[in-house]
Amino acid sequence: MSILINSNSRVITQGITGKTGQFHTRLCREYADGQQCFVAGVNPKKPGEEFEGIPIFATVQEAKEATGATASVIYVPPAFAAAAIDEAVEAELDLVVCITEGIPVRDMLRTRYKMEGRKTLLIGPNCPGIITPDEIKVGIMPGYIHKKGRIGVVSRSGTLTYEAVAQLMALELGQSTCVGIGGDPINGLKHLDVMKLFNDDDETDAVLMVGEIGGTDEEECARWIKDNMKKPVVGFIAGLAAPPGKRMGHAGAIIAGGKGTAQEKIAVMEECGIRVSRNPAEMGKLLKSVL
Amino acid sequence: MKIHEYQAKEILRRYGVKTPPGIACFSVDDAVAAAEKLGGDKWVVKAQIYAGGRGKGGGVKLARSLAEVRLLAEGMLNKPLITPQTGSAGQVVHRLYIEQGVDIQHEYYVGIVIDRSRQRACLMASSEGGMDIEQVAASTPEKIRKILINPMAGLSDQEADTLARKIGIPASSLPAAQVLLKGLYQAFDENDASLLEINPLIVTSDGQVLALDAKMNFDDNALFRHPDIVALRDLDEEDPAEIEAAEHGLSYIPLDGNIACLVNGAGLAMATMDIIKLYGGSPANFLDVGGGATVDKVTEAFKIMLRNPKLRAILVNIFGGIMKCDVIAQGVTIAAREVKLAIPLIVRLEGTNVEVGKKILAESGLSIISATTMADAAEKAVRAAT
Repeated sequence: MSILINSNSRVITQGITGKTGQFHTRLCREYADGQQCFVAGVNPKKPGEEFEGIPIFATVQEAKEATGATASVIYVPPAFAAAAIDEAVEAELDLVVCITEGIPVRDMLRTRYKMEGRKTLLIGPNCPGIITPDEIKVGIMPGYIHKKGRIGVVSRSGTLTYEAVAQLMALELGQSTCVGIGGDPINGLKHLDVMKLFNDDDETDAVLMVGEIGGTDEEECARWIKDNMKKPVVGFIAGLAAPPGKRMGHAGAIIAGGKGTAQEKIAVMEECGIRVSRNPAEMGKLLKSVL
Repeated sequence: MKIHEYQAKEILRRYGVKTPPGIACFSVDDAVAAAEKLGGDKWVVKAQIYAGGRGKGGGVKLARSLAEVRLLAEGMLNKPLITPQTGSAGQVVHRLYIEQGVDIQHEYYVGIVIDRSRQRACLMASSEGGMDIEQVAASTPEKIRKILINPMAGLSDQEADTLARKIGIPASSLPAAQVLLKGLYQAFDENDASLLEINPLIVTSDGQVLALDAKMNFDDNALFRHPDIVALRDLDEEDPAEIEAAEHGLSYIPLDGNIACLVNGAGLAMATMDIIKLYGGSPANFLDVGGGATVDKVTEAFKIMLRNPKLRAILVNIFGGIMKCDVIAQGVTIAAREVKLAIPLIVRLEGTNVEVGKKILAESGLSIISATTMADAAEKAVRAAT
């Protein structure tokens, strides 16, 4: 079954006329069933045009009505990206994946407020996207490193997720779905939300959870896992060597006021019965040991 | 981005937040002249550095005469101030703020932060002002009152009033407190602040409500729409290597160790530091070259990292996705030649075009130590550095 997306998903690219949007829409189309999945693009100034056969509409609403799209992916520049999310929410898509890095927190606070009580789920921003291997990828991850299988992956980062996937692949463990929830402090789906979906997914046998310093998402997820999760979960938390008060690349990766350390997260996860690898080179090995 | 106390107070005054009168100065003579101009019979001489804990470090002192202002200013200006937040070397003071002394009746705490898990700005206040708020939070959390702010409606009169009452602001000062709290939130919101802290907020013996200190940080992602705030940036307070790295689109943070890391992606960069430590080494920096690592970017990254005299080895850890390993390999060989690299270079490539990348490194004629996995790379780097 996988979670959130599969080959039946129909996806709109918001920001399809930009360089990044075009490059990645092309790659997403070339991946597995992508040709049938990526059905529309949006640019308010270029309705009626097309990109390599993909029709462009003025609004998300129009694109949805014309193509039956269920999801969108956003490559719009940071100053306009929150408004792009708002538009997808207004159009009542099931899922929005926002790749854009650098959206102001103030914009995201308003967008998240407006999303309350609405049906649309948000992945990101500042994320690699989501992939259900051998069916569909919505985002910027290299598709070929993945293979269909029964391990769920949820992570706040990009390349560290690819590293985790490569370790799984070296042990011949394919993935049901890999979700990059992003490195921003105010985002959509959190570890916990994705974990619940994996718990209910009959094609997922175990979950690899990759976190990092900053915030309390991993702790909140761990406490839920302790009482509710029916499947094995192992983890890794990046940033044991990170100094306090410094933003480590991601806007959300910061130890603030002594809170959000890797030590603290690992302690809570282990208290909740989750095995956590101290070694980032052994994420795959640890996961295999609990199967 | 951070700014100084006096700059934060200038912003806050525009939003109706009252502060004692004060003047920023860059010399001892200016400090004395400022005190004279402000008038009164007591002044506070305040060192202006970004780090907190200035009071504890001796950077905030009361003067009861102009002669004392001179003495205190001489003691602070152009000298390092060591606070619990500066590290042992301290931070050299280049600016002072001379403020009129006020009669304090009670000190309170007010702060606005982003509550990440609730996804709201959170206004916090406490009757325990002037203390380390993290200590108050740990020992007497019930003394901290919080309001999560609706981003569309802002802080209402009612909410501001309730919060002021809860922390025990005297009835006669409640209207002034309400104006101040609303002003604080408006200043926070309109300027894309990420943190605003007034510690202490005071009620004076004549019932005024004043911000006695002010700390304001801003969301770096929103600076594009606040050129006025960018103009306040004080480069003396920032690490020159971090500034230069940022100009080249690199995310760089210096650390204490001797193994430099060059990595693509923030999560993988942190994990690379972690694994170096796990294998008994010590990372010299965090460095994320980002998604589009060009030859120029890699060369600049090498130059910045190599300025650290303690450096014993460089570890390059790249997971090529969209960015191809052969492009990175080319960048690394060109950069290594250009900077005439004289310390061991360990390179681990994985992902897109990894074989071509490895071949380029092997045929470069450079003495590059090639590694297969992250563990292999860390082990080799630690061995090379010891």
